[in-house]
Amino acid sequence: MSQVKVVVTLKPSLLDAQGRVVQDALHSLGYANVAQVRIGKYMELELTPSGEGDLDTEIKEMCDRLLTNPVIENYTYEVLK
Amino acid sequence: MSATTLSRETGRSAGGGAKPKFAVIRFPGSNCDQDAYFMVRDVLECPVEYVWHQETSLQGFDVVILPGGFSYGDYLRTGAVARFAPIMEAVYAHAERGGYVVGICNGFQILCEAHLLPGALVRNEECRFICKHVNLRVENAETPFTRNYRQGQTLRIPIAHGEGRYVCDDATLQELEQNERVLFRYVNAEGEADATGNPNGSLANIAGIANAKFNVMGMMPHPERAAEKILGSADGRALFESLLLALK
Repeated sequence: MSQVKVVVTLKPSLLDAQGRVVQDALHSLGYANVAQVRIGKYMELELTPSGEGDLDTEIKEMCDRLLTNPVIENYTYEVLK
Repeated sequence: MSATTLSRETGRSAGGGAKPKFAVIRFPGSNCDQDAYFMVRDVLECPVEYVWHQETSLQGFDVVILPGGFSYGDYLRTGAVARFAPIMEAVYAHAERGGYVVGICNGFQILCEAHLLPGALVRNEECRFICKHVNLRVENAETPFTRNYRQGQTLRIPIAHGEGRYVCDDATLQELEQNERVLFRYVNAEGEADATGNPNGSLANIAGIANAKFNVMGMMPHPERAAEKILGSADGRALFESLLLALK
């Protein structure tokens, strides 16, 4: 069983409306030094390699097809044993 | 039914004069399905059926409506899971053979996730869910979805969404603009597409677009909720009447 951690972020070119609200909230708490907040998603997958092809190909396929929308998001992942 | 033949083009019953048949797709979490159904049955007076997301055929339908709502709870991203529902294969096939597809609100989000339309809908600029009537300008009145409008006509149609900010890359925007695929833009009371008329921060004030073949369209505003004067506006009705004209 492999554990995979996927981190999804909004493309830098896109305004992150949620991030901006959180940034404003931090400012009102007195953290004036916060220059930017971007909010993303974190997913943990537990899976057994399917045997066909390698695990990386399979994870990338899952990310491209469903877990992320390549039009608006970027992702990175890490495979933990 | 032995004499009934189906056109290869649309799967529509041949014989002429028959009213076009509408499908309203129901996903778990759809909540504007009844509005769309009522509008087709009682306002347009055309045959209409609900089609459950687990179905796999759209044979015999001329127009497929993907209604508003929160399909699959908007989990992951709006429309991301609905896009893989069994019925979507039939929606692809319907679009491929030239059948009309109308995506309203969540339906628009699903069509973008399904790559039947370019771009994506993300969280509104101000983060709030917005539910109000807005002004739209008809940007291209020569499409099967808009031919009953006048070019540049201003419409009052309600929006109800939290994630309706249209975004796409520069190349896509250029392609949309050059080929007049932007059907509706948000405008202010003076009919200008500026920031004051833009409720959600959509790129270039885009409220609705079509695919390259002009048989698939998506829009965030709800024309089906503005099909009768008693509801405050009947400006949405001409969109569906345009389709009736196109299917004559």
